[in-house]
Amino acid sequence: MRHDLWTPSGEPERYELFATSVPEGASESTDGERPLPVTRRQFCQALGAGVLVLLLREVRAVQESGGGRRAEIPSMPREISAWLHIANDGRVTVYTGKVEVGQNIRTSLTQVVAEELRVPMERIHLVMGDTDLTPFDLGTFGSRTTPVMAAHLRRVAAATRELLRDLAAERWKVERWAVEIAEGKVRHPASGRSQDIGELTRGQKLSRPIPDTVTLTPPTEWRIIGTSAPKVNGRAFVTGEHRYTSDLKLPGMLYGKVLRPPAFGATLVSVDTREAEAMPGVIVVRDGDFVGVAAPSTEQATRALVAIRAQWKTTPQPSSREIFEYLKKNEIEAEGRSRYVVGSLEDGWRLAEKQWQQTYTVAYIAHAPLEPRAAVAEWKDGRLTVWTGTQRPFGVRSELARAFGLPEDRVRVIVPDTGSGYGGKHTGEAAIEAARLARAAGRPVKVVWTREEEFTWAYFRPAGVIEVRSGMKGDGTITAWEFHTYNSGAAAIRTPYAIPNQWIEFHPTRSPLRQGSYRALAATANHFARETAMDELAHLVGIDPLEFRLKNLKDERLRAVLEAAAHRFGWGKPKTAPDRGMGLAAGFEKGGYVATCAEIAVDRATGEVSVLRVVTAFECGAILNPDHLKNQIEGALVMGLGGALFEAIEFENGKILNPRFSRYRVPRFSDLPQIDVVLLDRRDLPSAGAGETPIVGIAPAIGNAIFHATGMRLRSLPLAPNGLKGETRLP
Amino acid sequence: MREVIELYVNGVRHRLEVEPNRSLLSVLREDLDLTGAKYGCGEGQCGACTVLVAGRATRSCTTPVHLVAGRSILTIEGLARDGRLHPLQEAFLEVGALQCGYCTPGMIMSGVALLNANPDPSEAEIIRFMNGHICRCGTYGRIVRAIQRAAQKMKEARP
Ligand code: FES
Ligand code: FES
Repeated sequence: MRHDLWTPSGEPERYELFATSVPEGASESTDGERPLPVTRRQFCQALGAGVLVLLLREVRAVQESGGGRRAEIPSMPREISAWLHIANDGRVTVYTGKVEVGQNIRTSLTQVVAEELRVPMERIHLVMGDTDLTPFDLGTFGSRTTPVMAAHLRRVAAATRELLRDLAAERWKVERWAVEIAEGKVRHPASGRSQDIGELTRGQKLSRPIPDTVTLTPPTEWRIIGTSAPKVNGRAFVTGEHRYTSDLKLPGMLYGKVLRPPAFGATLVSVDTREAEAMPGVIVVRDGDFVGVAAPSTEQATRALVAIRAQWKTTPQPSSREIFEYLKKNEIEAEGRSRYVVGSLEDGWRLAEKQWQQTYTVAYIAHAPLEPRAAVAEWKDGRLTVWTGTQRPFGVRSELARAFGLPEDRVRVIVPDTGSGYGGKHTGEAAIEAARLARAAGRPVKVVWTREEEFTWAYFRPAGVIEVRSGMKGDGTITAWEFHTYNSGAAAIRTPYAIPNQWIEFHPTRSPLRQGSYRALAATANHFARETAMDELAHLVGIDPLEFRLKNLKDERLRAVLEAAAHRFGWGKPKTAPDRGMGLAAGFEKGGYVATCAEIAVDRATGEVSVLRVVTAFECGAILNPDHLKNQIEGALVMGLGGALFEAIEFENGKILNPRFSRYRVPRFSDLPQIDVVLLDRRDLPSAGAGETPIVGIAPAIGNAIFHATGMRLRSLPLAPNGLKGETRLP
Repeated sequence: MREVIELYVNGVRHRLEVEPNRSLLSVLREDLDLTGAKYGCGEGQCGACTVLVAGRATRSCTTPVHLVAGRSILTIEGLARDGRLHPLQEAFLEVGALQCGYCTPGMIMSGVALLNANPDPSEAEIIRFMNGHICRCGTYGRIVRAIQRAAQKMKEARP
């Protein structure tokens, strides 16, 4: 959808928080299957002999419409969502439009295929995120890979296994139930016959859709799913062999740079490129406000860029100092607006013996993935191929097709395993830039953003203001809950607590900075406000924060993580030192339940806050890979610690003031608390994703711990960008 | 103003005609196609570009190439010997000390420099030595464990 947000590339902003327009035929519930980009025949020819199994399913497309209601659109034909190929040598190739950005889904998806197909993991290769080879996919975000793609691939692999059984039974003229499959071999124990699956399928050219009913291996029999299989192809990463987009080099490739305006919203008045053009080997491209150069090395390109003289017209822009008033004053009518009303607040206030209200704020922050945006573009025979690190290869393909007026089948986007994203790489800025330069240069061009560009011209996690009002009975039973979020977004805006009267509303606003998705979206902001508020309410009635939450909580799964975390942490024990404090927070989002307890220490002399230890309990259904899950949780806690304590984008009049790691502090080794993760494995429940939700509890847990230590209630994220020094409230 | 300089990288001598003020990082990546050292910030703040120069962990993004002419440079590509991983590379895999892996080559090179200088570093020493490195995926705890594990392996391998 279009937003009246400023966008540098002129491309429509995609703001996942409000993303209600899904591509035709796509739907949230099926993760967006669509027919093959190349014809299926071409594809099968390219694959050569072997067995190809397609997951074809009836797609009942569902579209989000305003207010979060769902509108059914008529049934679509059967479409393809995943496929698997067994080559003559027995190697298995699985095709999925998901991408690997460090969440280790290449590994977990390989595990599910290995499990169902009964083939060792080493024989399975995943082709990911290649718009020519893989089925359409909406993108890798929203923790959808595990619940949707892993489930699809399990079915594909299980159906393939049954097909192999059929083939063997036919060939050996035996009953199919008597055929076993294990370790990549089909066997008929009664006759002692055995064959590798590659031999079995040799010379066959079979393609078969998946029947509606396939039998999946029950969790009690899992042997590969649920184990801590190491990262697939991990060796390539520790040896430096793996090529990220920014490492690719094509024959004759040039290095590109783009001229950036001095401030957001600036327009080009005049530009003089003569000096740059005179430099040997340098190509200058001018196309409207786009000015870029391509040269044989990055240094030459940089020098050419510096030699360009440009005049820009700037307009006044809001600054970070006044951002919260700005957001409150600039509410807009937008599609994402949503409201949940339960009971009647009037009743709630009437029953309340205590009333209370507070305002919380969160700053814009940057994803700062260590690999900045990068793309390599090549035009050949009227087709455009772009390698780029993005979480939405098919979305970037559309962006490219639109930018260059090409049909989508003339554009190919390939995503090498990428140097992370955290929700920050949904868009195709670098891809379009590289393609523009490559077209003009007539040679492949690579564009790698500098850190400063990444900090300035990417998009940010939205800033927000959250107002909470609540009423309670004297015993701590909450009777009324009013919650208004401005700008941050609606993710996890609803309270998991059992409150009879609620009014919860998301208010979209204008944003002076370009904003978009971030790990867990607004769930971090909304949990920060909600879980800090719960702490404040607990203190208001003088009840222990854990007890207060449990008193108002019915959800068994949330209670379970809360109790598990509190137990492991030793909640309720007295302070270990006067300047130390303990806090907790809990929540639910995207199928995952999380509770985090934190212990912090304040250094009175310097005001420095350090997080000493964190316990997080997490439950997301059946666990696919416990060690990678732990890794994700630990990583989310570390990342969340930065946003909790010190990360904030400062800006003034259209300029980012801290676009470098020397000015924008991110967590480092010395910030690392002792982390203890408690995993609750619920094999009886479907698996949910876990890359995002574990981040939501750390900020309120730290804030509540600071209150416990000092009696100071901090209500803005980041909580202590300069420590607590200068805080007059520090007792 | 190009100059001919000699670089010894991973035991191989290279004669290159380059502008002497270019960063070692860009020469390694663009001229020698050794892309294991990564760009993460270009200002010495993240450690992704770390290589060893005469055994010392060095930020190649802020090192002009002429300063290291004639000195021995080791990059992640040269760390494994005859296909056998360095104990720290093994430890990274065993501990699972990576997610996206983008910071990993720099982390490993610094870790190797640390272990060479101090075969048995304490946790505090590791943290102090590694603090100039950023892992946005937040695998710090695992990296500390991997370095400790490698120290142990190396100790056991010594006669
Ligand atoms: S790229 Fe050299 S320290 Fe960051
Ligand atoms: S593993 Fe991604 S930055 Fe360290």
